[in-house]
Amino acid sequence: MQKRLIVLAIAVLSLVAIGCPPKGEGGAATATDGKILVGEYGSFSGTEATFGKSTHEGITMAIDEINAGGGVNGRKIKVFTEDTQSKAEEAANTVTKLISQNNVVAVLGEVASSSSMAAAPVCQSNKVPMISPSSTNPSVTEKGDYIFRMCFIDPYQGEAMANYVTRTLGVKTAAILTDVRSDYSTGLAKFFKATFVKNGGRIVGEQSYAKGDSDFRAQLTSIKPSKPQIIFVPGYYNDIGQIAIQAKDLGINAPLVGGDGWESPKLIEIGGKALEGSFFTTHYHQDDPSDAVRNFVQKYEQRFKYKPDALAALGYDAARLLADAMTRAGTTDGPAVRDALAQTKNFAGVTGVITFGPDRNPIGKKLVVLEVRNGKLALKASVDPVAQAAASAPPAATATSGATATATTAATGS
Amino acid sequence: MQTLLQNLLNGIAAGSIYALIALGYTMVYGILKLINFAHGDIFMIGSFVGYYAGNWASGKLGTTGVAATVSAAGIMILSMIVCGTLGYLNERIAYRPLRNAPRIASLITAIGVSFFLEYGGQMVFGPDPKFFPTLVPKNVINLGGVVTTNYQLIVLAVALVFMGLLQYIVYGTKFGRAMRAVSFNFETASLMGIPTDRVISTTFIIGSMLAGVAGILYGLSYPRIDPLMGILPGLKAFVAAVLGGIVNVPGAVVGGLVIGIIEAFVGGSQYSNYRDAIAFVILIVILLVRPSGLFGKYEAEKV
Repeated sequence: MQKRLIVLAIAVLSLVAIGCPPKGEGGAATATDGKILVGEYGSFSGTEATFGKSTHEGITMAIDEINAGGGVNGRKIKVFTEDTQSKAEEAANTVTKLISQNNVVAVLGEVASSSSMAAAPVCQSNKVPMISPSSTNPSVTEKGDYIFRMCFIDPYQGEAMANYVTRTLGVKTAAILTDVRSDYSTGLAKFFKATFVKNGGRIVGEQSYAKGDSDFRAQLTSIKPSKPQIIFVPGYYNDIGQIAIQAKDLGINAPLVGGDGWESPKLIEIGGKALEGSFFTTHYHQDDPSDAVRNFVQKYEQRFKYKPDALAALGYDAARLLADAMTRAGTTDGPAVRDALAQTKNFAGVTGVITFGPDRNPIGKKLVVLEVRNGKLALKASVDPVAQAAASAPPAATATSGATATATTAATGS
Repeated sequence: MQTLLQNLLNGIAAGSIYALIALGYTMVYGILKLINFAHGDIFMIGSFVGYYAGNWASGKLGTTGVAATVSAAGIMILSMIVCGTLGYLNERIAYRPLRNAPRIASLITAIGVSFFLEYGGQMVFGPDPKFFPTLVPKNVINLGGVVTTNYQLIVLAVALVFMGLLQYIVYGTKFGRAMRAVSFNFETASLMGIPTDRVISTTFIIGSMLAGVAGILYGLSYPRIDPLMGILPGLKAFVAAVLGGIVNVPGAVVGGLVIGIIEAFVGGSQYSNYRDAIAFVILIVILLVRPSGLFGKYEAEKV
C-alpha cells in the first residue's frame, strides 16, 4: 500500500511538472477572436537563455505598443512563444508546432544561427514568412525567399573586426578559438581570418571547443607559447567568461575579441575582471545619443527596470517591421506579407534604417565595437557604412564590401 | 616541455573532479550492481547548495582571511549533508522498492530520477547558468613557467584524501566488511545477520556526500553552473569508474585522472575538435586490452 502511495505521489508530481510550462503563452489557442497569430521561437533555457529572454522582451514591447495603437489593419496581434532550449534540433520542432498547431501566419526567431537554419526550411515549405532578429550566419536567409533577418551578416561583422584590429589597433598576430558546434562561430571565424590575413596579419594558433565545455585550459595552453596579441573567440557569452578566467589563470594577457554572440547581461557577471580590455562587435550601443535609441532605451528601462541589450533592440525592430509589412500588404496572407517584407525600404528601426537587399539581408547596417571597461560595456568604435560610403574613404569601401559582394553575387545568380 | 607539463597539470586538475564523482559510482555499483545515473545530478545539487550558501555566506562573512576558509569548509559540510540526505531518499524511495525486481527496472528508475533532478532543477533554480561565488581567494601559483592555481591543488588534495578515507572504510572497518559482504552476495549477507538495507543506505549516503564535495570543488574551478551540468561529468566519471575497474577505489581515482589527462592532451593538440571522440576511442582500446579495467580483477565465470 505504502509503495503504491509513493509511486502515485511520484506520478502526480511528474504530471504537475510536465503540466507547467515556464511561459504563460502557448495555451488557450481557442481565444484568438480575429487576432493575427504570430509565432516566436527562442532559447529560454539552456546555454543561450538570455538571448531568448532579451529578444522576447523586445518583441513583447513592440507587440504591446502596436496593439495599443489599434493593431494591424484593425486587428490585434497575438504571439505564441516556444522554447528551443538552445538546441538547433528543437528549433525545427517548435516552428512546426507553431505553424501546424497554432496556425501562425509569420514567425520571429531565432538568435543562434544553427537554430534559425534548422527552422527556416519549415517556414519556407509552409510559405510562412520568418524574420530572424539576430542570426548573422549568411546561410540563414539562403534557406529560401521567405526568410529575412534584421541584423548584419558575419562576412561584414568578421571583416569589420579584422579591419579594426589590423588598421586601427595595429594588431599583427592573432589566435582563433572557435565553437565547433555553432555555425555562427565557425562562420564568423572564417570571415575574420580571411580579412585578417589579407591585411597582413598572421594567425598563430587555431583551436576549438564545443559549446557547453567547462575546461578550456588545454586549448589555451597550446595557444599561449605563440604569444598572440589578441585571441579571437567568436562564441556565445556563456563560454566566453570561463575562457577569459582560465586564460588569465594561465598568464595569458592578450585581450579576447569576439562578435555579437557575446551580447548578454551574463557576460560580465561570469567573466568579471578577467574580461577587462576585451571587446566585441555588436549591433547597437545602449548609450547611443540618437533619438530612436534614446526613446527605446527609456521605454524599455521603464518597463523591465534594466537597459536593453542589442538582441532586445533587434527583437523589437523585427516585430515592428513584421507589423509594418502586414499593414502595407493589407493582409496576413503569407506570399503577400513576404512580398511586402522584400520591398521594405527605409524602415526606421532602433538598430538603424532597414532596406532589404535582394538576398533579404538589410543593407548597410551600423556596427559598434564595445569594450569591457571597469565592469561595464563602453563604446570603443563604430562603423556606419552608409555615412562612410558617402565619404567614400578606403576603409568604408572594405566595410561595405561584405554587403555589396553578396548583393552582386545574388544579382548575377538570378 | 613547458606546454607538456602544463597540459599534464591541467589534466590532473580536471581528472581529480572526475575521480571524486567516480568514487560514488564505484561504491554504488559495487554494492548493488546498479549504475546510478542520478549520481551526476546529485553532484549538480551539491554545486547549487554551494551557490546559494556561498552567496549568503559571502554577504555575511566576506571572502577573505580565516572567515572565508571557515565558511568554505562549512559550505562543503552543508553540501555533504544535503547530498547525503538526497542520496538516502533517492535509494529509499526509488531503488529499495525495486530491490527484488529485475535489474533493468532499477536502471530505468535511475534514469528517471536523473531526469527528475535535472528538470526539477530547471524549475527550482531556473534554467540559465549561474555564477558560482568565490569561496576562497584564488591564487595563481607559478612553478617555473608552469601555472597552477590553489583551487587545482585543493581539488587534487581533497580527491586523494577522500580516496584514502574510502579505502580505509571499505577495507579497514567493520562497516566496510559488511559492505563487501553485501556486494559479494546479497542474500548470504542478509542470512549472516548483516542489516543489508542499512548498509546499502549508508553506501548511498557516503557516495552522495562525495558527489556534494565534488560539486563544490567543480563550482570553484569552473564557476558556471546550471541544472544540466551533471550530465557530462557524470558520464565521464562513470567511464572513469569502469576504466579503473569498477568496484575498485584507487582504480576510480586513477581512471578519473587518466581521462582528465587524455582530454587535456587531445584538447591541447591540433585535434581539439575531436577531444571527446579521441578520448573515448583511447578508453575503448584500453578496455579491449584489459576488459575488467586497469585495476579490475578478471574472474572467469563458472558455467
